[in-house]
Amino acid sequence: MSLKLTESLQKTVDSLSQTFGEKVIEVYQSSGDTFIWVDTDSIIEISAHLKNELHYIYLSDVFGIDRYTSEERFEVVYNLLSLRDQTRVFIKVRCEEENPEVDSVTSIWPAASWPEREVYDMFGVTFRNHPDLRRIFLPEDFQYYPLRKEFPLLGIPGSIELPSTTPDSE
Amino acid sequence: MGLESALGQGFLTTKMDTLVNWARSNAAWPMPMGLACCAIEMMAFAGPRYDAARFGSEVMRFSPRQADVMIVAGWCTYKMSHAIRRIWDQMPDPKWCIAMGACASTGGMHRCYGVVQGVDNFIPVDAYISGCPPRPDAVIHALMKIQDKIKTEHSVLLDT
Repeated sequence: MSLKLTESLQKTVDSLSQTFGEKVIEVYQSSGDTFIWVDTDSIIEISAHLKNELHYIYLSDVFGIDRYTSEERFEVVYNLLSLRDQTRVFIKVRCEEENPEVDSVTSIWPAASWPEREVYDMFGVTFRNHPDLRRIFLPEDFQYYPLRKEFPLLGIPGSIELPSTTPDSE
Repeated sequence: MGLESALGQGFLTTKMDTLVNWARSNAAWPMPMGLACCAIEMMAFAGPRYDAARFGSEVMRFSPRQADVMIVAGWCTYKMSHAIRRIWDQMPDPKWCIAMGACASTGGMHRCYGVVQGVDNFIPVDAYISGCPPRPDAVIHALMKIQDKIKTEHSVLLDT
């Protein structure tokens, strides 16, 4: 598939593939957005390059995807925006089902803190070197990851506590 | 004047229960528990067009200690359920509860792990209102049902 890249996106893709070579696995476009799938272990250096050299100073979102495949099941997507070039790019990394781990990019974009906690909460992807990796929405003692495909839609009965139906005073 | 002229110099006998129930049913102050879009319709219910003051329920009390009827308007998460129960426990007896809309009654379209499938899982509900969201008339209907319920209650003295 031929890519239709704007000047600044072309510059981004060229710069990444020249600097990181094989670590940029695939570049593709879908619905008018550009996705760059990169090597999981190099996410820190690639992020630093994107921020410092290519001016992607604004991390607007981080989210997870459960691909439900036997290999490289989980995907973490970083939605980056360059305010100077008015360019949006999505960086993707993939990780295995067993013990999914990705380096946290909070050292580069502090804004990644809460979205990474959300990905951890919903998919169970652990972020190495995250300053405060706790569940963000669900109770601390909740044992499941609700956005994984095998999790039942209505949840697991009794997994979240309901309030007692007798008041404390009685 | 009204009653005095109609009765002349007479007087009126009634039962204590009836008098108390009449007073209670015409001053059922709501505790608004607005959790989602139903809260907007609940505001319309209290506003001048639908005018809940005709039924004595015009004063929304944001303190549970001054309220009689809790209107749970909107979908309730497990996290929120603890707060609702806490507020419900703070309301003085006797108290009533309206589950307003599909979500508060059954979970509605929020058929998922984070939303309680009906607030009757943790508080006793007296009236359920269907609709998504229900029209203010439906809330008034539920309020009238609650009034009927209050009017037919008998004294706790009879139980002992």
